[in-house]
Amino acid sequence: MKVSEADVQYVADLANLELTEDERARMLRDLNSILSYMDRLNELNTENVLPMAQVSDRYGVDESKQGSERFDYASRQDVLEGLRKSLPHETALANAPEVDEHFFKVPKVIER
Amino acid sequence: MTDLNTLTIDSARAAVQQRTTTAMSLVEHHYEKIQHEDGLVGAYLTLCKERAMEQADRMDRMAAEGVELPALGGVPIAIKDVMCAKDVRTTAGSKVLGNFVPPYDCTAVARLEAAGAVVLGKLNCDEFAMGSSNENSAFHPVRNPRDPSRVPGGSSGGSAAAVASDMAVAALGSDTGGSIRQPASFCGVVGLMPTYGRVSRYGLIAFASSLDHIGPLAKNVKDAALVLRTIAGRDPMDSTSAEVPVPDYVAELGKPVRGLKIGVAKEYFGEGLDAEVRTSVEAAIQQLAQLGCEVIPVSLPHTEYAIPTYYIVATAEASANLARYDGVRYGYRSKSARTLSDMYRRTRDEGFGAEVKRRIMLGTYALSAGYYDAYYLKAQKVRTLLTRDFEEAFRKVDAIVTPTCPTAAFKLGEKVNDPLAMYLADIYTVTADLAGIPGISIPCGETKEKLPIGLQILGKHFAEATILRLAHAYEESAAKP
Repeated sequence: MKVSEADVQYVADLANLELTEDERARMLRDLNSILSYMDRLNELNTENVLPMAQVSDRYGVDESKQGSERFDYASRQDVLEGLRKSLPHETALANAPEVDEHFFKVPKVIER
Repeated sequence: MTDLNTLTIDSARAAVQQRTTTAMSLVEHHYEKIQHEDGLVGAYLTLCKERAMEQADRMDRMAAEGVELPALGGVPIAIKDVMCAKDVRTTAGSKVLGNFVPPYDCTAVARLEAAGAVVLGKLNCDEFAMGSSNENSAFHPVRNPRDPSRVPGGSSGGSAAAVASDMAVAALGSDTGGSIRQPASFCGVVGLMPTYGRVSRYGLIAFASSLDHIGPLAKNVKDAALVLRTIAGRDPMDSTSAEVPVPDYVAELGKPVRGLKIGVAKEYFGEGLDAEVRTSVEAAIQQLAQLGCEVIPVSLPHTEYAIPTYYIVATAEASANLARYDGVRYGYRSKSARTLSDMYRRTRDEGFGAEVKRRIMLGTYALSAGYYDAYYLKAQKVRTLLTRDFEEAFRKVDAIVTPTCPTAAFKLGEKVNDPLAMYLADIYTVTADLAGIPGISIPCGETKEKLPIGLQILGKHFAEATILRLAHAYEESAAKP
């Protein structure tokens, strides 16, 4: 077993999930099964291989440029409402579960 | 009565333009069909009748005035429910967004409507596009129109099923690990995943940002080309949308395929490939050879590592993207919490389904201290190797031809209790997402049980025109007796 019950609890905490007892048991089983399948990546020697986080820095760009210069076309002036107007206040609040006149409302952060 | 079965983008637009029907009548026929048949199929989550009728009316008035309609003028199209449409409920197939009404349009949706398309509604999908069977929708599963005991594939299952059952002329889907091509294959329609960056992701609800693609599902290759031509191209609202000119994909379809080199990789014909799928795909490759394509063996040696790589990279990105669902600014909020941290946890516990939680857990684990190097960094390095495999192969060939899926559509419930078996349904599709190359799935026959089989054609970055051309040539030759 790669993942223990304590690991499941720890990861659930990191992910802001609580999980029921049943869900934790199921998660323990599934994570172990999936992660042991993933371990086959260790068959590969990747010592001199660079990691790849995205594709947009190497295809469809000006290859004569280096680094962030390749994305010059994507930068823009830092001006207010440069691309689109900001949402009106009431529109921005319209989808919130709880609001008052001005703000999103949430339960207390600190108990006194 | 309009025959919805033979309606394509060109025939719909022409009929509206020439006043042999009206856009309004096409909308009504589609809604009737949906009312009668979608109870069984389950493709739609939300209809936007008012919006559709307004647009149809606009197109009808243009036609009445003799104004030339835009490329998709009056054509009824539907949208996978992971793309925002202003003032239309957009759920991503999740309870956590069950009442979310976006204040803006996804760029791809806006471009379709600007080209005259009539948006009928929002299509069912796996929750946050996570799944290969559409059984992970928080609302209801989708059934395969060809055999209702079987899944339509996923995650764009509603998109494929709607097109296959003539409840939309075409649809938009999204593909992160095969979610356009696999359901297209299962339902017997055409599904195209463009190059990463070809279509703006602005307004697409994020699953895995370095892998997410928007693309069309359609009844034929030309319709897929028409939709792609409409939605492709640089968008300042998505910094990863590429500044690469958009060719006229429709005009390119007419170019000959004779002399094109197509690669066949043995790694896509190994253990686990259903015998009937193999036979159909090999016959399709023969057909392409008869059309004058040169068939060349290629090797993609790291293919067997694609699934573990994909499910680490995708879940890691998903765990970060889905952190935003906290019950504060939009979406579901648990009623039972007294403190803020309780609220976060219970909102997410109650709002997310089992597969989404599993992927958040997997991704969080792969990114956590002590495991980052062993899982996430390792997977990113293997992603480089998988991409190099394609670079090597594409030095020798113009396209690579494979089965889209190892099997035809499976039964509902068959894989729900075995996440790993479900993940392996994506075995031939995930590599293209990881490398960012385009791929198309087109029908290439049926099994003895009359289930559709899909042929996948993969191309070089930004070479959609080449794979569309090959797909079109195959489609035309297969249609001949």
